[in-house]
Amino acid sequence: MTKSILLVGVGGQGTILASKILTNGLMEAGYDVKMSEIHGMSQRGGSVSSQVRYGEKVMSPVIEKGQADIIVSFEKMEALRALDYLKKDGTLVVNDVEIPSMSVITGDETYPDDVLDEIKKHVSARVVDATGLARELGNEKASNIILLGTLIKAMGLTAIDWDTILEANIKPKFLELNKKALQVGMDAVQ
Amino acid sequence: MKKLLTGDEAIARGAYEAGVSYASAYPGTPSTEILENLAEYKEIYAEWAPNEKVAMESAIGASIAGLRSMVSMKHVGMNVAADPMFTWAYMGVNGGNVIVTADEPGMFSSQNEQDNRNYAKAAKIAMLEPSDSQECIDMVKAAYELGEEFDTPFIIRLTTRVCHSKTIVELKDRKDVPHKEWTKNPAKYVCLPAIARNLKVKLLERMKKLEAYSETTPFNRIEMGDTSVGVIASGICYYYAKEIFGDKASYLKLGFTNPLPAGLIKDFCSRVDKVYVLEENDPYIEEFVRQQGCACIGKDLFPSMGELTPDVIRACITGKPNETIEFDRTKLIGRAPTFCAGCPHRGLFYRLGKRKDIMISGDIGCYTLAAGKPYQAMDSTVCMGASFSLGAGAQRAFHMEGVDRRVVTVLGDSTFFHTGINSLINTVYNKANTVNIILDNRITGMTGHQDNPGTGYTAKGEETTLIKIEDIVRAIGVKHVYVINPNNLQEVDDTLDKCLALDEPSVIITRWPCALKKFSKEDREEFTELFVTRDKVDPDKCIGCKKCLKAGCPAMSYVAETKKVVINRAQCVGCDVCAQVCPKQAIGKED
Repeated sequence: MTKSILLVGVGGQGTILASKILTNGLMEAGYDVKMSEIHGMSQRGGSVSSQVRYGEKVMSPVIEKGQADIIVSFEKMEALRALDYLKKDGTLVVNDVEIPSMSVITGDETYPDDVLDEIKKHVSARVVDATGLARELGNEKASNIILLGTLIKAMGLTAIDWDTILEANIKPKFLELNKKALQVGMDAVQ
Repeated sequence: MKKLLTGDEAIARGAYEAGVSYASAYPGTPSTEILENLAEYKEIYAEWAPNEKVAMESAIGASIAGLRSMVSMKHVGMNVAADPMFTWAYMGVNGGNVIVTADEPGMFSSQNEQDNRNYAKAAKIAMLEPSDSQECIDMVKAAYELGEEFDTPFIIRLTTRVCHSKTIVELKDRKDVPHKEWTKNPAKYVCLPAIARNLKVKLLERMKKLEAYSETTPFNRIEMGDTSVGVIASGICYYYAKEIFGDKASYLKLGFTNPLPAGLIKDFCSRVDKVYVLEENDPYIEEFVRQQGCACIGKDLFPSMGELTPDVIRACITGKPNETIEFDRTKLIGRAPTFCAGCPHRGLFYRLGKRKDIMISGDIGCYTLAAGKPYQAMDSTVCMGASFSLGAGAQRAFHMEGVDRRVVTVLGDSTFFHTGINSLINTVYNKANTVNIILDNRITGMTGHQDNPGTGYTAKGEETTLIKIEDIVRAIGVKHVYVINPNNLQEVDDTLDKCLALDEPSVIITRWPCALKKFSKEDREEFTELFVTRDKVDPDKCIGCKKCLKAGCPAMSYVAETKKVVINRAQCVGCDVCAQVCPKQAIGKED
């Protein structure tokens, strides 16, 4: 049975590295894997997404609306935007972070203060303060790997040797930080 | 060895394994990474050309001289390259030649959605359409073998989803291909009318042979399953179809799509009850199927624009969209792409957008984002290099109509080298008194930082002659040339005033590096104050008027509780544009 994972966020939040590590781990574990991203204009502060599908034999690299088993959102508004893609009984992991878009900065739109409430009305979301946890580890930029850890735990993929995968994909200077971040992310969900 | 590769990476890998030695390209989403990856192989000479026509001609030259060559481009790039390509088809290859086009159903980063399969048909060039990364490798390798056997260049047609999806491939070794000898052969390579007439006969004969090959190639195959539904699909649509129908349908998977296999199609259609043709953009396959007298369901049911993702196909077939979670959509806010913090385009467009009595003729690049809020400083965008020439035409028309409106044109450094130079020659030659702005951010920005003739480095990272834009502009005959710092708003205003007062063409070069650029040693020498400071808001002076926010910097935000603006330290690079916008001098440098 093919599983569908959607990672969403804002350009520059590190979704691409997280999905790279995830897909390499899945491939090493023997799954067929397909991953799809849209680059280009969206990198300039726009919404970004990585779609990952794995299973015995994967056909489409693209997730259908209403068919994602899990969505990991690196930002609150992007979680709401991505709800169209979640299965009715799917899992939502959301980073408790608010990044104003340009329309908010210039005052053309207001970032609503009840985004998480709106999400929780419809799905049981797991809210993770990944940015805060990463700050405790000494580097805010590790929040992407914390969220990856949460995703790995939620999808029951902890048996894969993630340390080896991290070693192959992360610069030695940041390796220990990211190994810790992955564990922190796994521990963040029960 | 197994590896996850994007389609673009796999095209480069296929070229490497096929023994390709020469590659040229101009960057363009979603094709850019092909040449970037080709340049990583030490066995392959790879270069950025100033535009796709030049890239195509260079690759043709390398093929004629005896090397296997590749040229890659985004779909609209093929419009630029079409002139040499159509005649190249007549000539046939010496070393194999593959032309990669990356089409964009959905227009994620493009100005149109043209279907370049029509080019293959029009130019009579054999075409392959891979569905995943392994096929990218396999088809590139086959294209060189078949191309040399049939004496034809090959088009490989990708779409964004193939280019930017990672799937698992098996890596193999590089094939050692002996270089072919070049001998004088004007009857093949000099397309004078008398010679071209002979070559056209050969081209038509070649297409007949390729028609026969298309019937038997393993890239076109029937997969029989349930016969109540038959699906004909190429490229990514094949996998979309498999996702939806699984074994509840039979498939004709088409990988070799010019010329199409008439016999195979007729055979397949006769074996199934009803036929769906699944293809993005134009009814390229569908029209051919109908020409063969076969009934099918195509664009009468499926959309002619956008991606044909599985949910789109499913909604067409079942008549209802997938069920999704209902939520309050009024809570959604937009998140359009914007200029980065420290972007050198910000200062210019902030000031340019204040001038409401001008027409601003724009171009293709990050700066096209100036069309949106808060700048609203762009009135037209067509294609690479069009800003100068479109502006010249509009300015002439305003004069002829007696309308007192000036035209300001804007394009980037790489776009200037691409096709802007020709347009500027027109401006000077035909005496258009436009104000022409070249946004020289020292790199090709939008596509992710590729070197260009103005940066002093090649695709392989070697130092080369740095071509100075102001030298070219002056050589063309522009008498009024200003090189300014776009972060200095007074300088921007003063220079615009000066140029708008002229009755002759002028050029303003805004010279400051892209904030995301990996700076070269020359950059660091020239721009000594390069992003080494940060700005901060003095809360005692800030009156919360929000004027600074209209400069559109993502590092700034208004805090409702304190009624003050704050600057995000992690993003700010100290460009000082906000400090100049603030009416209360509340923004200054961090200590």
